[in-house]
Amino acid sequence: MTQTLDRSTRVTELAAAADRIRHHVLTMGEVQGQGYVGQGLGFADVLAVVYKDLAHYRPEDPEWAGRDRVLLSMGHYAIALYAALAEAGILGTQELDTYGSDDSRLPMSAMSTYTPGMEISGGSLGHGLGIAVGMALGLRFQANPARIINLMSDGELDEGSTWEAAMAAAHHGLGNLICVVDMNGLQADGPTRGVLRIEPVEAKWEAFGWRTVRVDGNDIAALTAAFDSVPADDTRPAVVVCDTRIGRGVPFLEGREKAHFMRIDEHEWALAHAALHDAAEKEH
Amino acid sequence: MTTAPEAPATPRLKTSAMIASIAEPGQRTAPAPFGHALSRLAAENPAIVGLSADLAKYTDMHIFAKNHPERFFQMGMAEALMLGAAAGMAETGLIPFASTYSVFATRRAYDFLCLDIAEPNLNVNVVGALPGLTTGYGPSHQATEDLAMLRAMPNLTIVDPCDSIDIEQAVPQLAATDGPTYLRLLRGHVPTVLDEYDYTFQLGKAAELRTGRDVSFISTGLMTMRALAAADRLAADGIDVAVTHVPTIKPLDHAAIARAAAGGRLVVTLENHTIIGGLADAVATSLIYNTAGTTTRSVPAIQRIGLPDEFLGTGALPTLHERYGLSIDAIVRSVHNWLG
Repeated sequence: MTQTLDRSTRVTELAAAADRIRHHVLTMGEVQGQGYVGQGLGFADVLAVVYKDLAHYRPEDPEWAGRDRVLLSMGHYAIALYAALAEAGILGTQELDTYGSDDSRLPMSAMSTYTPGMEISGGSLGHGLGIAVGMALGLRFQANPARIINLMSDGELDEGSTWEAAMAAAHHGLGNLICVVDMNGLQADGPTRGVLRIEPVEAKWEAFGWRTVRVDGNDIAALTAAFDSVPADDTRPAVVVCDTRIGRGVPFLEGREKAHFMRIDEHEWALAHAALHDAAEKEH
Repeated sequence: MTTAPEAPATPRLKTSAMIASIAEPGQRTAPAPFGHALSRLAAENPAIVGLSADLAKYTDMHIFAKNHPERFFQMGMAEALMLGAAAGMAETGLIPFASTYSVFATRRAYDFLCLDIAEPNLNVNVVGALPGLTTGYGPSHQATEDLAMLRAMPNLTIVDPCDSIDIEQAVPQLAATDGPTYLRLLRGHVPTVLDEYDYTFQLGKAAELRTGRDVSFISTGLMTMRALAAADRLAADGIDVAVTHVPTIKPLDHAAIARAAAGGRLVVTLENHTIIGGLADAVATSLIYNTAGTTTRSVPAIQRIGLPDEFLGTGALPTLHERYGLSIDAIVRSVHNWLG
């Protein structure tokens, strides 16, 4: 928790954490030569803010009862969460080299039974928010002040189960619940706007009774301001809608056409690491 | 924050990527047999329509979408909606093929499949990719119990094809069947095996692909191609194995099952599904409760090759098939063990 620091120091430190998360994503992607690398790079800034600025947890004791629960509803972002868990000190960076391999604790799709710090098994989409509602009710009932931070993708807005949970969260006044939507605009079959139109997103959440803020999910300063604007509340859950760019931080991947499940050629990994390094240097 | 590049001393670890090929090295394959068969059928029949829940590219439905864009409906990642909408389309006289992964068509949208489609007995054809253990991506995507769930659903016809031939020949017959069907889809580059046998897909019929004195394999889905390969291997060891392919799980061809279980041979069921509620149970109950076409009064010894009653691991598909006994090597070993 760095909230006592002045804002510019805080933002600088979070940006450095986001760069390390991107670095870890590339390291893992290289093990398999493919994967949800674009999402990992695009969501790294949000994860840095969530794990380094927002969530309470004890890295040495991932099961600590007082921890804020961070749910990865979109289990295919596991590569991103492993990177964040390494940055958070819950996983060792060495273990990232086993990503997606036989007998690894880090399967390509998130599994709570495999990985310390992974709260739920994802992969089938539109489950996280319902579980989050149950956790929020349960913790509140037990007078546990911990919060639930449900991370989900824009594609999950297609699933009816998401909206059932959204309605319940507002009905039960779950102010201990924050939902984070990664709006990267891309689904399995192509751009979200072509698969199923989901806009206007903020208006939908607001109509369901949520406090809603929309932010550039690759702008650390804006992200910290957005999360600061939705403190725990007694009456309403909050959603932070984050517009992100697939492949963020590695320019030649940002514009790649087949970006949902990215294949990256052998020779490109070193280029990707170098591009990430250059971009980070330029910013700091 | 870059690390020094290291020499790639160790071989690449095996991957658990979602889409893995089921083809053996060097095996002949056909690209997207479902997508091409549906496109050809649609050219003849204007009532054919296709639906997807954000997985057209991964269920070979994109071939149909490209060839017949006006008849393709993208419903978004909303499986319950897709099956409900398919029911609605069928109510208007269209013949929908609705595709997604098997787990989502069954586990996720079961009530919509049951009440919207099966109960009114509509001609909706549900196509589920990644059936059984055909991905190492983990239980979220492994439909290991879809047959168990669906066999109990009245009106539903269930097809578990072996190869590209089965799929191509099944598609027009599924459309012509006046009721709901579920096809366990093998997608991408699908092996071509059955053209080497005197075989034609007939909905509701099982087929003896090879005869044998010692062992009788009764198999379905991709396990039939494994059964055929294992039978060849066992022949070299002097063990004569018959193979009966059961592409239609429901309704079951009881007469063919009875013939396959006759003759005092060791009977072995093979399926890409949990041993609970799938082919093994269907064969066993068929032999107990149906005596049509057989004079056998006693039930023969039956062994099962199928997936265990557990949530399966993640990992590379060949690793998992070996671990759970579905590989050709594992089948051969099992038969040797059973024959002592």
